[in-house]
Amino acid sequence: MNRSPYITDAPTVSTIMFKVLLALVPGIIAYVWVYGGGILVSLTLATLTALTAEAILLKIRQRPVTPYLMDMSAVVTAWLLALALPPLAPWWLVIVGTFFAIVIAKQLYGGLGYNPFNPAMVGYAVLLISFPLIMTKWPAPLLLAEHPLGFMDQLHFIFSNVLPADIKVDAITSATPLDYLKTQLMLKHEVASITQAPIFGTFGAKGGEIVTGAYLLGGLYLLQQRIISWHLPTAFLAALATISLAFYAIHPAHFANPLFHLMSGASMLCAFFIITDPVSGPTTPKGKLYFAAGVGVLTYLIRVYGGYPDGVAFAVLLMNMCVPLIDALTQPRVFGHEN
Amino acid sequence: MSEIINFASNLIRSALPNNGLKDIFRFNGGVHPPEHKSESTTHPITKLAIPEKLILPLRQHVGHIPKIKVQVGDYVLKGQMLAEPEGSVSAAIHAPTSGVVSAISEAVIPHPSGLPDMCITLTPDGKDSWAELQPVDWRHTDKKSLVERLRSSGIVGLGGATFPTHIKLRTNGKSNVHTLVINAAECEPYITCDDMLMRERADEIIKGIEIVQYLLGAEKCIVGIEDNKPVAASVMTKACMASPAITVKIVPTLYPSGDARRLIHLLLGIEIPNDKRSTDVGIQVFNVATVLAIYRYFEFGEPSISRIVTMTGNVTVPQNFEVLFGTPLKALVAAVGGVKPNTTHFIMGGPMMGFDLPNDLVPITKAANCIIAAAPNLFAPPPPAMPCIRCARCADACPVNLQPQELYWFSKSDNFEKARDYNLFDCIECGCCTYVCPSDIPLVQYYRYAKSEIIALDKAKEAADLARERNDFRLARIEREKFERAQKHAERAQAAKSEIKVAEVNVTEVKDEAIKPEDAAVSKLIENVPASTDKQAAIAAAVARAKAQKLAATANTTEMPAEKTATVLPITTESKTTEAETAALKDSELRAKQDKQALIAAAIERAKAQKLAAAQAGIAPKNIENVSATVQAEINETDAIREKAKQAVDTKVLESKASD
Repeated sequence: MNRSPYITDAPTVSTIMFKVLLALVPGIIAYVWVYGGGILVSLTLATLTALTAEAILLKIRQRPVTPYLMDMSAVVTAWLLALALPPLAPWWLVIVGTFFAIVIAKQLYGGLGYNPFNPAMVGYAVLLISFPLIMTKWPAPLLLAEHPLGFMDQLHFIFSNVLPADIKVDAITSATPLDYLKTQLMLKHEVASITQAPIFGTFGAKGGEIVTGAYLLGGLYLLQQRIISWHLPTAFLAALATISLAFYAIHPAHFANPLFHLMSGASMLCAFFIITDPVSGPTTPKGKLYFAAGVGVLTYLIRVYGGYPDGVAFAVLLMNMCVPLIDALTQPRVFGHEN
Repeated sequence: MSEIINFASNLIRSALPNNGLKDIFRFNGGVHPPEHKSESTTHPITKLAIPEKLILPLRQHVGHIPKIKVQVGDYVLKGQMLAEPEGSVSAAIHAPTSGVVSAISEAVIPHPSGLPDMCITLTPDGKDSWAELQPVDWRHTDKKSLVERLRSSGIVGLGGATFPTHIKLRTNGKSNVHTLVINAAECEPYITCDDMLMRERADEIIKGIEIVQYLLGAEKCIVGIEDNKPVAASVMTKACMASPAITVKIVPTLYPSGDARRLIHLLLGIEIPNDKRSTDVGIQVFNVATVLAIYRYFEFGEPSISRIVTMTGNVTVPQNFEVLFGTPLKALVAAVGGVKPNTTHFIMGGPMMGFDLPNDLVPITKAANCIIAAAPNLFAPPPPAMPCIRCARCADACPVNLQPQELYWFSKSDNFEKARDYNLFDCIECGCCTYVCPSDIPLVQYYRYAKSEIIALDKAKEAADLARERNDFRLARIEREKFERAQKHAERAQAAKSEIKVAEVNVTEVKDEAIKPEDAAVSKLIENVPASTDKQAAIAAAVARAKAQKLAATANTTEMPAEKTATVLPITTESKTTEAETAALKDSELRAKQDKQALIAAAIERAKAQKLAAAQAGIAPKNIENVSATVQAEINETDAIREKAKQAVDTKVLESKASD
């Protein structure tokens, strides 16, 4: 029997997923430093929910549980969702989002490899639409908070929604720069004056830009490890930069500069961790460029003209819909064939 | 830190188009499996002793199996032809040593199927005495007779393709080949037979190249060697110093650079169109060992009786041997001092494209470039396949620039048409996709499956088309026969009519109109109608006459029994009736026509019912069965022509394969 090749080049699905998780660690460390240890609770909750939901669904679908759980893909989904949620999101929000991502967006479509939409982004979008108030209420970075919460306080808040007696909810939350910019622009303020507010940092959000920078670091690691191809982050960041530069060049008083857009919100997380989900993304090199550029443009348009503070989730989901078409239209020329 | 520097230098190097090598045109993809080549290059090539028995499979090459020329018990000399090529794409088999033909029977051969096939078994007498050899002064012999001689050399492509060499040199005096490419890339891991051959016999290789260049009329020759064989490359470069037409070009080590189309691209930057052969653009490719065999055949008259085989893998001292064809594998294994205890089986070829051998009794054949003793520590059994995550690593690795993940999807779901649309048949089964798949999906297996299914479907479709065509042909034939018969009847009837000059019996007309229906029942109905002989015609004419007289007598009565009039069809020009009679006749004619139509309709109905009944009973329509001898003969004839055409196409396919 001909069963060659007999040798393989090792990185398995679990190795790939593990490296993705590893690449998220710098971002998580920065996150903890900026927003406190509460995110660790969210990550744990999301991980446990994802693994449990995945195991139950695999059992119901009569698939081998251990090998599929070991592929770590559910954990990646859980972490990405947890990192996208507000840091002090209540426990049930994390569970509901993760459950939806794993059960509906992933397993009910056939599990790993079959989901047409990015599960983490489906979970995020469902939460954003269902619980817009909680989803847009971000705690202020610890360095800006009047009363920075300790880890135990954060834990207490996540599970019981109760703050220490002397602190009010408004005292620990603040608008995100993207949100603040949008509302201030509606009040006819100019970008230059808006960005003087204390929540703005050098490039993006004060504190938040550190997390974003850490994501970038992790992303470079993934590139170096050849876990992700350069096409996706490059095209996404280039598209986002180009469109924001175009708007900024036309009307700098009304539109933020490209660097702000690159370093704000979920830009870096999206560039290196979200659109790089291979299952729901295109496979051809050209297709990857179009897909990522599409996400970049849509992200910008939703940020600037849409009703939500950040546009990543919807941009990704919209582009996920286009993947079959993109793949079909961007088939590379086969060796020895005419174009 | 070193990691970062490495990364940066890799980045820069991958950004450079040629990986630092000059004039190299890289192809997409390819992989870098661990080479494992150095293990088997520590010892020079050793001649393996003559074994106790040589088993020579007839099927050692691509094409028709050769015709056996010896009988059991015959004494044969070394180099004597045992089987001669049959048809154009075929190769001879020669006795690798002198001895007695001890058996001509089926034996297990090294083939992926693992099935036994016809073999000639030779028991050597140990004398190793040569038959009379006939060297040729190739420089002073015309090309055509050289190629004709090569046909009985038994030489086939020794790179593993085993296509009869003379076909690739058969230029019929009008060769447009300008460049000869010598494939010395040897890109598969473990294999070092070409490497060692170049190190040790470079001069003979160069002489072989000169012969092939002469035969093809190729002005220049490029020898492509991967940069992991620096010794061989420098020896070859030195050897071809005196021949300005031959250049050695180093290509980067990247599997599968040894694939002919990939190598041509690397060396010349030419992409052979998928539907063309390399010779269409003036390039012919030969393996380095093949040209050496050609040299030895012309220079010394030695036919193809041995080859260099790398014996490696789970053995203590891997080494290259010159092995007589037919040598059982176990003799080769014994020569390297046996295998290590955990050896599970043997692989023929490299780890990327090789296949499992059924046991160690199989003989070494012309295709056997490498034998690898396999063990779990060398080739771990693949873990269970996970779902495809569409990571497209396979697409990045595919040297043909296919989309393996799509092909996998289509093959798995038996969506063969789609698989074909996505150029499944351009897949060279190099295994790069499987090699890089993080889900450990045996992708190549899926493609092999899909290809074989598509080929089977195509064959079935062709057979169905053929059957339908034959059936259509039979039906047409039968119809024509019917028509001819009817015409004959008509002629005879005409003759009878001119004799007696009376109204013709209407059955002829009924028959004429009824010729159209295809069904058997109708034809039967027509055949049952009498008036085929002159006598019958005369009787019918008489009856008609009587009826016409009766008609004339009752001309005044307008009411006529329909059945009576229906049987009469007066020919107006010849009837001598009155005007009243004519009017009556016209009326009756109309009625007759209507009745006739009813009759035909009824006949058709009946035929249809019969056909339906036949179909329900599962019987083929009658008209397919009872065909006349002439029709059958014609069908046989067309079948024969078709068969011949098919064979011609098969041969063409083989030839086109060989040019790769």
